[in-house]
Amino acid sequence: MKQPFESVVVQHGATVLRVCRVVLGPHDADDAWSETFLAAMRAYPDLPETANVEAWLVTIAHRKAIDVLRAAKRNPLPVDEVPEAPGGQGVPDAEDVGLWAAVRELPSKQRQAIAYRYVAGLAYAEIAEILGGTVEAARRAASDGLKNLRKHYPGAITKGASS
Amino acid sequence: MSDMRNDDDMAVLLTTPVDAGALRRLHRRLEQAAEQADLIDVAYTTIDSPVGKLLLAATPKGLVRVAFDGEDHDQVLEALGHKISPRILRAPRRLEEAAREIDEYFARRRRVFDVPLDLSLSRGFRRLVQTHLPEIGYGQTRSYRDMAELVGNPKAVRAVGTACATNPLPIVVPCHRVLRTDGTLGGYIGGLEAKTALLDLEAAA
Repeated sequence: MKQPFESVVVQHGATVLRVCRVVLGPHDADDAWSETFLAAMRAYPDLPETANVEAWLVTIAHRKAIDVLRAAKRNPLPVDEVPEAPGGQGVPDAEDVGLWAAVRELPSKQRQAIAYRYVAGLAYAEIAEILGGTVEAARRAASDGLKNLRKHYPGAITKGASS
Repeated sequence: MSDMRNDDDMAVLLTTPVDAGALRRLHRRLEQAAEQADLIDVAYTTIDSPVGKLLLAATPKGLVRVAFDGEDHDQVLEALGHKISPRILRAPRRLEEAAREIDEYFARRRRVFDVPLDLSLSRGFRRLVQTHLPEIGYGQTRSYRDMAELVGNPKAVRAVGTACATNPLPIVVPCHRVLRTDGTLGGYIGGLEAKTALLDLEAAA
């Protein structure tokens, strides 16, 4: 039996937000999250009961993130905003800011593959379906993305060492 | 310590903490957007009351379900998803009026409920009986036999009992005012303690 949509929001809300943050950065993630769950709620009655709900949500989030990116390109922000610090007290966490910057530098396919693989935990077959390529290409995008991240974000401990 | 991280380290880094406040804010935003888009087939909330935690659920037509804690709210919501629609969202806004009226009732400032009702969970004879239950005034009681006569089917005493037991809107639709012919309580979905509490509340007013 299909669970009430509220349970879907409670169970998957945090993961979808993390995925949106990796794909879009913290600033635009909220918009993508909202659009994702609104669209999901609209389509929910038609979702087959056997469907993988998380993969379905990530697929919707993928499309909504693309919409947000397109809109952002049409109306670019004048200043490159610094992501909000997840830690309290308004002091930006150097480690996190560095990571976000490195994530943002990745080609979008690698960023998406990393989000869907390492944040949502989807199988490469599911990721391939979302990205529209082969399973091997999805696997490669995730591993290239990881390699690039390591190169540009060698570690927070050696603070200031990264250029 | 700056050597290669393994995949798990990277996953931990990418899995940024999501604080509960951010999710609450996003949930409220979803409630508003979904309400505007007419997507919430069933909105619900829970409130505290002297007879325990109550689940209140409403369709766009009106209050559709009141459930006592003992009924298991998760199961009640699943059943609503099955019978009405799985587009169910915790959206307290739609329940504000019902919650206020129930508060007033328990504070003895209200004797009649005005909130619109949706009786679509009941059919046929049960629905007929439930439609007539509000005719029993505040502080009064009727027997199952009286109710059977009232709906024009004096022999259907047992069916009246079933109609009261399956009332989807207890408290608001006052099935607690129906007793056995000998004056004993009969049954109650909220338990006999709740039935007694409601009757005492109304008797004391």
